[in-house]
Amino acid sequence: MSYTSDEMMTVTAARALRNGMTCFVGIGLPSEAANLARTTHAPDLVLIYESGTIGAKPDVLPLSIGDGILAQTADSVVSVPEIFNYWLQPGRIDVGFLGAAQLDKFGNINTTVIGTDYASPVVRLPGAGGAPEIAAACKEVIVVIRQSRRTFVERVDFVTSVGFGDGPGSRQRLGLTGAGPRRVITDLGVLAPDPVTSELVLTGIYQGVRVADVEAKTGWELRVSADLAEIPPPSDAELRALRRLLATMPASKTAQAGKTAQASKTIAVSTIASAAQSASSTEGAAR
Amino acid sequence: MSLAEAVAAAVHDGDTVAMEGFTHLIPHAAGHEVIRQRRRDLTLVRMTPDVIYDQLIGAGCASKLVFSWAGNPGVGSLHRFRDAVENSWPVPLEIEEHSHAGMANRYLAGASGLPFAILRGYRGTGLPARTSGVAEIVCPFTGETLTAVSALRPDVTVIHAQRADQQGNVQFWGITGVQKEAVLAASRAVVTVEEIVDVLDPRPGAVVLPWWTVSYVALAPGGAHPSYALDYSARDNDFYLAWDAVSRDRASFAAWLDEQVYRRGDGAGDGTPLVPATSAATGEAR
Repeated sequence: MSYTSDEMMTVTAARALRNGMTCFVGIGLPSEAANLARTTHAPDLVLIYESGTIGAKPDVLPLSIGDGILAQTADSVVSVPEIFNYWLQPGRIDVGFLGAAQLDKFGNINTTVIGTDYASPVVRLPGAGGAPEIAAACKEVIVVIRQSRRTFVERVDFVTSVGFGDGPGSRQRLGLTGAGPRRVITDLGVLAPDPVTSELVLTGIYQGVRVADVEAKTGWELRVSADLAEIPPPSDAELRALRRLLATMPASKTAQAGKTAQASKTIAVSTIASAAQSASSTEGAAR
Repeated sequence: MSLAEAVAAAVHDGDTVAMEGFTHLIPHAAGHEVIRQRRRDLTLVRMTPDVIYDQLIGAGCASKLVFSWAGNPGVGSLHRFRDAVENSWPVPLEIEEHSHAGMANRYLAGASGLPFAILRGYRGTGLPARTSGVAEIVCPFTGETLTAVSALRPDVTVIHAQRADQQGNVQFWGITGVQKEAVLAASRAVVTVEEIVDVLDPRPGAVVLPWWTVSYVALAPGGAHPSYALDYSARDNDFYLAWDAVSRDRASFAAWLDEQVYRRGDGAGDGTPLVPATSAATGEAR
């Protein structure tokens, strides 16, 4: 089956989740990936949404983090102060799944403003949402983001959520209890932090994507792992499950899924995200 | 008391107003009433300013916004909010932003009668530099550096709930968000409800706010539209999608506001008839 780069990204993100994990999920790409994992290889994945729904088991993709399907299928529904104070803060949650409008080489995330003048931003993004504490307290973080020179920058314009800060030792100095972003999954491949320098390094690449393609869409001098792996394409079963999930979304999302179904043969390297797209992809980050 | 009377009594120009409802039970009808009464210079507080605050900001009701995530949930940007921040239209909007955990704890401190709350949060982010409401604090027992966030004490909190009884006890369930803390943190509280019943049936997981914690209760069936009220109404997703286009342009927004808010009466902005409110209003004193 042919597939798009977005489908490849979502399937790769889903594969990163193991059965039985507890996962703090944002709406958008993270929610698609987490629900794909739950309907395929990880039926006991525990989905936690910041609206206070613990163990949500939606059979359709939720429209927002407050979707009734989340509350109705959850093991428990708690208040917003409780989800952050009792469940996230003590480090009970294995993995936090975040999106971003901008990401830098140390995995720091910006979902606040584009432009360095905070008072007069080029683009005002939605803001932090739950992301700063998710990035701080989950045992590890996975970031899902479409890659471009606008999204992959040397330094984020604003640090909304801390990855590895200024580099090695930053998280410890700041008292951040989780391990930070262990994986960044894009529409071109996968990056992981170098164990010594904490800098994000290209460790995996999708079929049909060249390293030069990734470099062209990275705003810093990208380092490539000596063990660069080619990530297997989505299986037919994964694609069917993903499209079935996406087809549960109404209106515009269904239209996207429709386009997806007649996808081109080759991996379409997605166009550079416009500011508006960046803003909307932030949804996941903030949620 | 009608919703119009409740808003007139509780919400004044210059007030700090929190409207809460975490993507569920969002008090849209009450927000529209604030717009119709042309309140000005409000400090609007809300964790997730979404479509209703986009409308209030675009209508010129707010001079300041305190928030943690401003977007059209599941859709994208808030264009009226962005126009206010990026272009000061229709009036300049001062912003004070936090994380969700920070905002939740600020309400919690307010509800607890404490000046601040403590969390592990914000550290290393650009947020503390942009607000006076966040500071480092050292634990007196362990020496660990933690984050203190100042209490939120709104003049008035506005929420939408599923039910109230004749006495004015309020009950809501499903995703209950931060409404309990927001009501208890505020000097006054206005609650709109889907229905008023004789007696509240106990429900698992429901929050009950006793009548003496609520200043005004007004009946507003469908008052959460286009958000949803679990067991009463579903999210009108088409509205959220349509809002993206309506709000993108100042003229189309103004036309929408005129037609859907200013020209409609109390409660009618959401396709519901003008309805009387419960007599359970207990006045401002709590």
